[in-house]
Amino acid sequence: MLQAFLQNIINGLAQGSVYALVALGYTMVYGVLQFINFAHSDIFMLGAFSGYYLAKWLSPAIQNPMLLMVSIILGSMAFCVAVGLTVERIAYRPLRGAPRLNVLITAIGVSLFLENLGQIIFGADPQVFPALIPTRSLLEGDGLVLNNIQLTVVLVSLILMGVLHWIVRHTKLGIAMRAVSFDIEVANLMGIPTDTIIIFTFTIGSSLAGAASILYGLSYPKIEPLLGMMIGLKAFVAAVFGGIGSILGAAVGGIVLGLAESFTVYYISSTFRDAIAFGILILILLFRPAGLFGTFRREKV
Amino acid sequence: MTGSESTFGVSTHKGILMALDEVNKAGGVKGKKIQLKNYDDQGQASEAVTIVTKLITQDKVSLLLGEVASSRSIAAGAVAQQYKVPMVSPSSTNPKVTQVGDYIFRVCFIDPFQGSVMARFAINNLKLKKAAVFRDIKADYSVGLANFFVDEYKKMGGEVVADVSYASGDMDFKSQLTSIKGKNPDVLFVPGYYTEVGLVARQARELGLKAVLLGGDGWDSEKLTEIGGDAVVGGYFSNHYSHEDQSPVVQNFVAQFKARYGEVPSGLAAQGYDAAMVAVDAMKRASELSPKAFREALAQTKNFQGVTGMITINEERNAVKPAVVLKVVGPQKFSYVTTINP
Amino acid sequence: MKVFQSAILIAVVGILYSVNYLLEDMVNPYVIRVIVNCGIGMILAMSLNLVNGCAGQFSLGHAGFMAVGAYTSATLTTVLALSPFFKTDVGVGCAIVTGGVAAALAGYLVGLPSLRLKGDYLAIVTLGFGEIIRIIFLNIEDVGGARGLPGIPPRANFFWVYLWVVITFMALLRLLRSSYGRAILSVRENEIAAESMGVDISKYKIVAFVVSSFFAGIAGGLFAHFQSFIDPNSFVFNKSVEAVIMVVMGGMGSLSGAIFGGIIVTLLPELLRVFEQYRMVIFPLILIILMLVRPMGLFGHKEIWELFKKKASS
Repeated sequence: MLQAFLQNIINGLAQGSVYALVALGYTMVYGVLQFINFAHSDIFMLGAFSGYYLAKWLSPAIQNPMLLMVSIILGSMAFCVAVGLTVERIAYRPLRGAPRLNVLITAIGVSLFLENLGQIIFGADPQVFPALIPTRSLLEGDGLVLNNIQLTVVLVSLILMGVLHWIVRHTKLGIAMRAVSFDIEVANLMGIPTDTIIIFTFTIGSSLAGAASILYGLSYPKIEPLLGMMIGLKAFVAAVFGGIGSILGAAVGGIVLGLAESFTVYYISSTFRDAIAFGILILILLFRPAGLFGTFRREKV
Repeated sequence: MTGSESTFGVSTHKGILMALDEVNKAGGVKGKKIQLKNYDDQGQASEAVTIVTKLITQDKVSLLLGEVASSRSIAAGAVAQQYKVPMVSPSSTNPKVTQVGDYIFRVCFIDPFQGSVMARFAINNLKLKKAAVFRDIKADYSVGLANFFVDEYKKMGGEVVADVSYASGDMDFKSQLTSIKGKNPDVLFVPGYYTEVGLVARQARELGLKAVLLGGDGWDSEKLTEIGGDAVVGGYFSNHYSHEDQSPVVQNFVAQFKARYGEVPSGLAAQGYDAAMVAVDAMKRASELSPKAFREALAQTKNFQGVTGMITINEERNAVKPAVVLKVVGPQKFSYVTTINP
Repeated sequence: MKVFQSAILIAVVGILYSVNYLLEDMVNPYVIRVIVNCGIGMILAMSLNLVNGCAGQFSLGHAGFMAVGAYTSATLTTVLALSPFFKTDVGVGCAIVTGGVAAALAGYLVGLPSLRLKGDYLAIVTLGFGEIIRIIFLNIEDVGGARGLPGIPPRANFFWVYLWVVITFMALLRLLRSSYGRAILSVRENEIAAESMGVDISKYKIVAFVVSSFFAGIAGGLFAHFQSFIDPNSFVFNKSVEAVIMVVMGGMGSLSGAIFGGIIVTLLPELLRVFEQYRMVIFPLILIILMLVRPMGLFGHKEIWELFKKKASS
């Protein structure tokens, strides 16, 4: 019993860290621009595919597996940033100041566009993400299983979140970001180049999605054009759960969701797995709309 | 072809194309070439219905080949039945498909048979009597197979210790597998599609689950071992034919297919080919070139030597033919184990 | 006035009935299919328009309500089929209305959280509800589960579908012109201002949700009894998105615009069957371009006839 319990914690943590990384992208953009960047999940998907192709091209050239993996992660992060910024420039920037509904519809449009374009370019058939590092079991013995990939996923996520936290809390850029997030117009009046800050936000968010996608590919080596959809939704739920706009919140939210899924599937039923995330979302929105760590701002007249 | 099960459609289409080209090269049917009209229903039943209506009433086809998946075949079959145009499904294995009406046929065996094949194989050949079932709740095919497996397995004295589910599109199965592991089964029956089965196998092995993996024809893809790696090796699944079969019909088909597409034909390609050939055979025997005459001829198909075995259409318009059991032995290598007759 | 209106109604029924007769006789069944699908699209678009266009809320789960209507009505006519009555035109009609009522109930449930949420949050919650509804049907073996539910009596033809198009149009038009309609519009324009003017915004949001879901349920019931087959796959997220595209294309808040959007979104893929692969790339592109170039949709808040009026006077 205890063994299964611990196993579920390990499983949930590994899954939750991926949610958390993706959730950070949502939370940052939402914090600054107050809209859900639906396309974020598809940038994640594109990251996974770019990793797939990078691995194909680079593996003959680079022999050292560690170096190979780092260059693939960086390459895929760079690619995601490029896509993220293009989307921001073409679709979102012209709509700055437009009604929120329009921005939302555009975001959905961009998301669908990327998804379906992905289906045409990559084919609907899933591709197999290469095993960059061979799976090794770290805990031998009576049943409890933890492998090096799960550990890598959790560690890399923690490091990235730490770095992000430091940027937002302790650098000038971070302070500017928080100012824009607090009130974009006032920040602008105070001489903060809001457009630059927004670009910077998209850069960070997309690069995290890129990193997350590689970690994801390592743990679940099956990638397809629609893979972003469910993960994106769940990551969003995680972000809302933790309090949208809060980095700590996204991290906690992701991990809580990962654990919650793992436990419900084990102890209750697997059929309603996807319903769990939405159930949590609805409950949290009804009882604590600001999320765990968020602050609720009342709309002014 | 798009949608989640698109490879199946693509493989089937390749088989059909090859068959029809062969027939047309040989002079067609009664001096007439066969024309193929092809549309993609994107895996949507309502699309399938619209397309079949278009095919029948606008393109005026006199025989339909399709659909791959049972739910779409049921939906489309109703239209075919309404307009009295015969339809031959290459691979819809749900029993309900041909119950739609007397114009609906298929050239594959049905789920009850396939499910029981693996149950019999587990007990008679592997001598393993403790099974767990892991079914894909989103796929009618998987649910059907799982149900018939459980029935037959219990009837033969086996014990089903766990019966849990996942949904196609899921990525993480560790929680379900952890609970299966606690029950310690000898075999794990995963009648899903290769896309998930590969991941299931991988995660099962990672968790230290040692049960022998069993599955159905949804495993049949070269991607199975790509996704599943070593984890699927040693698993068994039922299929419609084995490309290792030494009979001249099969070898001839495999050689031609390789020459044309540069790949080993999957079971679906073989079924697509057979569906087209059975249809052509019926057209040749038909008294005249009309849908009604085609239907009569189809119903009388007897001992037709197809790539996937001797095909005889029975009174329920299903094909009666044996299933083969294949073993996964290495990357993209499935070796023939045994044939199980109905 | 009353006499005049009932006369119009009778005339409409008569016209529809004779057109139906003519169509079945003279036009290719495939073309009829497309025309009927357009009608279902119109009902869907008009109903979603009430929430997304008029009340200024944003629902992304319209396919879920459609599913409730489809499954409820099909359960009555096919699974339960308590008496042969449910196979007749009238029986099927009753079942479809029941489906609409069930969908309205579901709409009430979804409308509740909308009191506290707006914009993006509401979009996600409705999306979640839509998915949950679908997952529930997927898990009910009695309605076929993933296999789907075949053999539904195909009673919904051109006549019935377009009769419902007319009913939906008239009902929504009258609703919008009533005090309820004004109140719903005020919620869209400025919630806080509306509230301070004494408009019970919660009540009107719920009204919008319930009415909208009712007609979505009707559309679902018609869909089921037209296709004679439904499966959970028919009501995926993409279907909800299609409905949104219909509304956005025609103009947020314009009834006639919604009709236009319903026709275009249903017709375009049929015309573009050659490019069928690209359809789901083209639609989102249209959506993005519309938002950038003409965020109000083609007709904006206005009805088509109002556009003509303006031209005539200027």
